[in-house]
Amino acid sequence: MKTTTASGPRVVVDWTACDGRGLCAELLPELISRDEWGFPLIPDPTVPASLRDHADRAVATCPRLALRLSST
Amino acid sequence: MTTLFDEDVQSDHVARHSALTGPSPASQRELQAHLVAHGAVPVMDAHAVVQLAVDSGLAGHGGAGFPLYRKLEAVNASRGRAIVVANGAEGEPASAKDRWLLARRPHLVLDGLQLVARATNATDAYLYVNHRVPVTTLMDVLAERRRAGLDPVPVTIVAAPDVFISGEETAVVSHLSGSAALPRFKSPRVTERGVRGRPTLVSNVETLALLALIARRGAAWFRAMGTADSPGTMLLTVGGAVRAPGIVEAGHGTPLTDVLGLAGGPSTHLQAVLLGGYHGTWITTDGFASARLSRPDLSPLGASPGAGVMVALSRGTCGLVEMSTVMSYLAEESAGQCGPCLNGLPRIANQLKSVAFGHGDRRAVDEMLRLGGLVVGRGACHHPDGSMRFLRSGLRVFAAEVELHLAGKCSRTSDDVVLPTAVTR
Repeated sequence: MKTTTASGPRVVVDWTACDGRGLCAELLPELISRDEWGFPLIPDPTVPASLRDHADRAVATCPRLALRLSST
Repeated sequence: MTTLFDEDVQSDHVARHSALTGPSPASQRELQAHLVAHGAVPVMDAHAVVQLAVDSGLAGHGGAGFPLYRKLEAVNASRGRAIVVANGAEGEPASAKDRWLLARRPHLVLDGLQLVARATNATDAYLYVNHRVPVTTLMDVLAERRRAGLDPVPVTIVAAPDVFISGEETAVVSHLSGSAALPRFKSPRVTERGVRGRPTLVSNVETLALLALIARRGAAWFRAMGTADSPGTMLLTVGGAVRAPGIVEAGHGTPLTDVLGLAGGPSTHLQAVLLGGYHGTWITTDGFASARLSRPDLSPLGASPGAGVMVALSRGTCGLVEMSTVMSYLAEESAGQCGPCLNGLPRIANQLKSVAFGHGDRRAVDEMLRLGGLVVGRGACHHPDGSMRFLRSGLRVFAAEVELHLAGKCSRTSDDVVLPTAVTR
């Protein structure tokens, strides 16, 4: 698990729900890319304030409800 | 081939550290034998049980080593009637200590289960056991306890499915809630919303058995064994190239060579030891010689006592062949829910197979490590992380064997595979 010193919410993936549809990577490319199978790659999950709206939209748009924002 | 599971205790010289295996390794399945050996559990209220968990420093024996009192407090901080679960799923093929406990010390486990039920005011209790445990025998044990009035909270026995991750906490909760035994997303925690949405304490059977002893003998008795950081003793399943494979008990902090000694010592020259099972870590005999059985002592080696599995590998066996067998098994045991694990582990296992059985090149080694980077930390449970810990540590420890294989050779002198992957399949 990557630890971050910055505070603020983090994007987390419910891997049991994720199907690798890829909408999150399209809506939040600053934080999320995709691996060779299409599943989200998130090197640093911390969401900067400037991306908060985009992150919220990615969470709301995931067809599998697999993307979440975690405050802890 | 020597059997890994001669389910017998080799405890002749562990007198100082025989909390669970004493006073003799004989079965205490009969209630009378149990009471003669240990006496009755003192009457105590919920607060007293939690305090005992705090004072003793008792940590979980399922592998993660999480302090029991923190789970108790988390359950007590949640709303709703609690459920307690004694976890004896023991899906790890190289482990037998939980089965040993359920066969020889079922009353200690059940005493402990009642104690945590008391501590959490639970109304339901489950005994979740490995599929090889004879359930009818345990039902007889429960019936005898019921007649003696020992189980105020009724206990339901449930057999775990025969899968590696059946004992993973969220998988246990899913199964007891009526679904498949599959791990789930870790939020909310099971202590908050577990079995059928109720606050749930899942605790390894050995942890509960130790709590039952601590209730009788006190926290100070427990702390007199082990180390300041890791009080008490632990059961280990010691297998492979030792003279007397089986279940042993040792205090935390015991030199690993002494633990092997409890299992009769090495039966031949060793090349490496696997510590912590198939989610565990390979260590060299050099690292082994100076290491002690405790979390802080093992952490510089990237290892931990885990659930107490120790397998000694002799020279003349091939670490890559052993690992390949296990990695193929672990890939098959992926629950198949999380994309990176489902896609990654089989490919990693295939790359390893190609190197282990002679037609792989250096690119295969690089590729399995690259793919490993794609699976670690990307699952609902730690199956991919643990599997890669096993593989990465093995590739380091068996680096010379890797070079041999890349040159088309192998140091194996027998067709036997030491590590079990399909005990009863």
